[in-house]
Amino acid sequence: MGALATAAVLVSLLYLGLLFALASWGDRRAERGRSVIANPYVYTLSLAVYCTAWTYFGSVGVAAAQGVGFLPVYLGPTLLAFLFVGFVRKILVIAKAYGITSIADFASARYGKSGTVAGLVTIVALVGSIPYISLQLKAVATGIGLLIAHDGSGAVLSGLGADTALIVTLLLAAFSILFGTRHIDATEHHQGMVLAIAFESIVKLVCFLAVGVFVTWGLFGGPFDLLDRAREAGLGDRLGFAGTRLTAADWFVLTLLSGLAALLLPRQFQVVVIENLEIGHVKRASWLFPLYLLVINLFVLPIALGGLILGGSTREADSFVLALPLVHGQGWLALLAFLGGLSAATAMVIVETVAVSTMISNDLVMPILLRVGALGLANKPDLTRLILGVRRAGILLALLGGYLFFHGVGEAMGLVSIGYIAFAGVAQFAPLLVLGIAWKGANRNGAVAGLLAGFLVWLYTLVLPSFVTAGMLPGSLVAEGPFGFDLLRPTALFGLSGLNPVSHCAIWSLAVNTGLLVLVSLLTRPSDLERLQAILFVDVEQSRRTPRLWRGEARAGALQELLVRFLGRPAADAVWRTEAARRGRPLEPDEAADAGLVERAERQLARAIGAASARAVIASAVRGETVGPDALMEILDETQKVLEYSRRLEQKSNELEAATAELRRANERLQELDRLKDDFLATVSHELRTPLTSIRSFSEILLDNPDLDAEERAHFLRIITSESERLTRLINDVLDLSKIESGRMDWQVAPADLGEIVRAAVRAAEGILTERAVALEVAIPAEPAPVVCDRDRVVQVVLNLLSNASKFVPKPGGRVRIELLRKDGVFEVRVEDNGPGVPPAQREVVFEKFHQLTGDLNTQKPTGTGLGLTISRQIVERFGGRIWVEDSNLGGAALCFTLPIDEAAPALAA
Amino acid sequence: MLERRLARLVALALTALVLLNFPTLALVDRAVLGGVPILPFYLFAVWGAVIGLAAWLIERPGED
Repeated sequence: MGALATAAVLVSLLYLGLLFALASWGDRRAERGRSVIANPYVYTLSLAVYCTAWTYFGSVGVAAAQGVGFLPVYLGPTLLAFLFVGFVRKILVIAKAYGITSIADFASARYGKSGTVAGLVTIVALVGSIPYISLQLKAVATGIGLLIAHDGSGAVLSGLGADTALIVTLLLAAFSILFGTRHIDATEHHQGMVLAIAFESIVKLVCFLAVGVFVTWGLFGGPFDLLDRAREAGLGDRLGFAGTRLTAADWFVLTLLSGLAALLLPRQFQVVVIENLEIGHVKRASWLFPLYLLVINLFVLPIALGGLILGGSTREADSFVLALPLVHGQGWLALLAFLGGLSAATAMVIVETVAVSTMISNDLVMPILLRVGALGLANKPDLTRLILGVRRAGILLALLGGYLFFHGVGEAMGLVSIGYIAFAGVAQFAPLLVLGIAWKGANRNGAVAGLLAGFLVWLYTLVLPSFVTAGMLPGSLVAEGPFGFDLLRPTALFGLSGLNPVSHCAIWSLAVNTGLLVLVSLLTRPSDLERLQAILFVDVEQSRRTPRLWRGEARAGALQELLVRFLGRPAADAVWRTEAARRGRPLEPDEAADAGLVERAERQLARAIGAASARAVIASAVRGETVGPDALMEILDETQKVLEYSRRLEQKSNELEAATAELRRANERLQELDRLKDDFLATVSHELRTPLTSIRSFSEILLDNPDLDAEERAHFLRIITSESERLTRLINDVLDLSKIESGRMDWQVAPADLGEIVRAAVRAAEGILTERAVALEVAIPAEPAPVVCDRDRVVQVVLNLLSNASKFVPKPGGRVRIELLRKDGVFEVRVEDNGPGVPPAQREVVFEKFHQLTGDLNTQKPTGTGLGLTISRQIVERFGGRIWVEDSNLGGAALCFTLPIDEAAPALAA
Repeated sequence: MLERRLARLVALALTALVLLNFPTLALVDRAVLGGVPILPFYLFAVWGAVIGLAAWLIERPGED
């Protein structure tokens, strides 16, 4: 073996030893509670396990053939990283809340702790990992092969029949087993491993940049010289989009796929989610991780172009990173380049195998073994050795699978093409994961159906063609479709052609996967456990409501501030005094609040602002987060509800008050009516008794004195007759009034001419007026005065007014004037006299029942019933009019009433 | 505020998605500088710019 190859082997062994030392140190520090990895920088570097031999060697290979076509693989994770604070954070919260140990565990827990889901995810993850691991094996084996070939010592090994790839596989398997299964950690945290791979991320970055700088400034005169030379070599076109040999759809799908892979690849899920120590680390990582990707890709194009300019072919471009220093006599740089590649590959293999073997043992093998009762495993006190054994077997299985894939398929394919197969494979987890944390309706049947179908489509459209490429299956399968079915061609399924095979597979598999997940979820009923788990995952922030989670994170002072803010100083001080009394000492503002204190503070707050709001503000104080809009909305919402509730209460109480007031008014009115009725009855009895008394006394006189002379007898009889008439009138009036007031009056409402009505009344009153020698003046216009009323009743009103007027005018010389006027919207009838008038204080009273008008003439026995004006008012108001008393031009009173003009009358329209 | 920053980051991710995809790339792809397509420079420049923006959004004080 040549010097360089020997050095490479030695350096590799030293390097692996260093990794062990680092990992052990990291583990020891973690055990002592002084973690070296608990910061966002180590976290970011651990995420950079994303950059494997694919990035290190393969990107250059892609760039040489396809220009910027290597970039979507890094742009996707960049976009994903920007969603760390949102989307990935939720996954982290869930994983931490429920002690998730792998992506299979996550999926299974979400879908009702289903063993089927866990097993299926594990199988897909394992199968998806195999091509990816084979990529690493191929890269390392090729690298070693190059070094050996350069030394001219290849013949020695070939002579021994040695298979470099197999040796690399076995070495890596041994290393991974030693490394990954040293012990079992209950939390499945591997702090030492994380430290080691973070270190590896630095090594591969530095090594790659070193090669990049060497090519750009060592072999060329800087980037501009490199570009000039590339243009001269006719490579300029390769840098345009046409050079990528991708379509717009390919570009997009590859971006999407890479973004998903940066989270869903077993090793990525391991470092992003499982190994995360503090959720807060994702914040800084969300820009540092993309920055790492950007930096490690800076020299991909220069190296690729440099290699091509210097005579390399695109077929060999996967090894430019190593070959360029080697060919140009930079032995040490070549060694460094190999070391970088090795670090990239080992980091991937270590984390991937740890993740996959954990899944195999926890989610596939152990559940089955534990269920096989015959083994009696459930009763064994210590299963550690068995679990470790299963994991070791799992690691070996994954690596040997990778080796077989490399041997059968991988040798014929570029590194990146192999990697894409894995990307599309793990992308099948995306629907069940994304929908799982966003949609409570996603259930186990849907997840299983979607994943299974997506997995099968992936096998058919991407894995199968790769076997064809390798010549293991007949080429006609891809070219013509199985059995000549053109529509079933694996790389142009149902005629979808013109796409890169990876995008083609991704589009079909993800569409089928998502579609089935949604459809089956909608069509089948989840179990209660599934429903519960769905709520726990989707509403994880609300589900984690135990104050326990906040223990040790809150300062007493912050809580006190909150209480003061929401409860006011006196109430907050009272709570604090209680707390101090409970402890027997005052609370220091800086001391950590225990769970009890947090809980009691929350309870106090909840009394003031509601449970949800209290939780939100406590959380804000405890975790140093400000209250976000969502939390605020929740608070507002709750406050809104409280306000709404109190508003409704107020409304109800207002309604009650109104009802009470109405009742009181009704009661008062009833009492008033009762009083009125009593008065009325008293008055009516009195009014009835007066004529009755006189009738009775005159009748008695007539009876007792049969010998009265005829003239006297006639006089008495006339009195009796007149008193009887008065009695009849009185009874009629009382009946009318009672009918009107009780609403039983039978009104004959019809259009009428008020002028005609007044004339009729005047005719009827002529007798009385002539008898009393009253001079009547009538002023009624000739044109019709249309109103709507009960004619006879209004005649009665006018008659009553005329008769009243005639009673109070002086005798002789009495004057009464009646006129009809048209005013604004009404007709007014005025009956004026030259009597004594009505003093202003009396003008309303006259309309009261049994109010007898008094005046100079009341020495004469009143002939009225005292109900006339009352009835008149009822009648006038019934037809929308008004009746009142005012001063007359004739010196006495004017009794006026109005009735609204009948606008619909044809006479008016004319 | 966390939510506000989150919304801005999502907006940034969407903007980056638009800037780093079609049809934007088709427009950029027409430009040639000194005989070399400008596309690779554009991609790296936009990539760097969005990372810078993300860093600014996340790291600037007073937002926690």
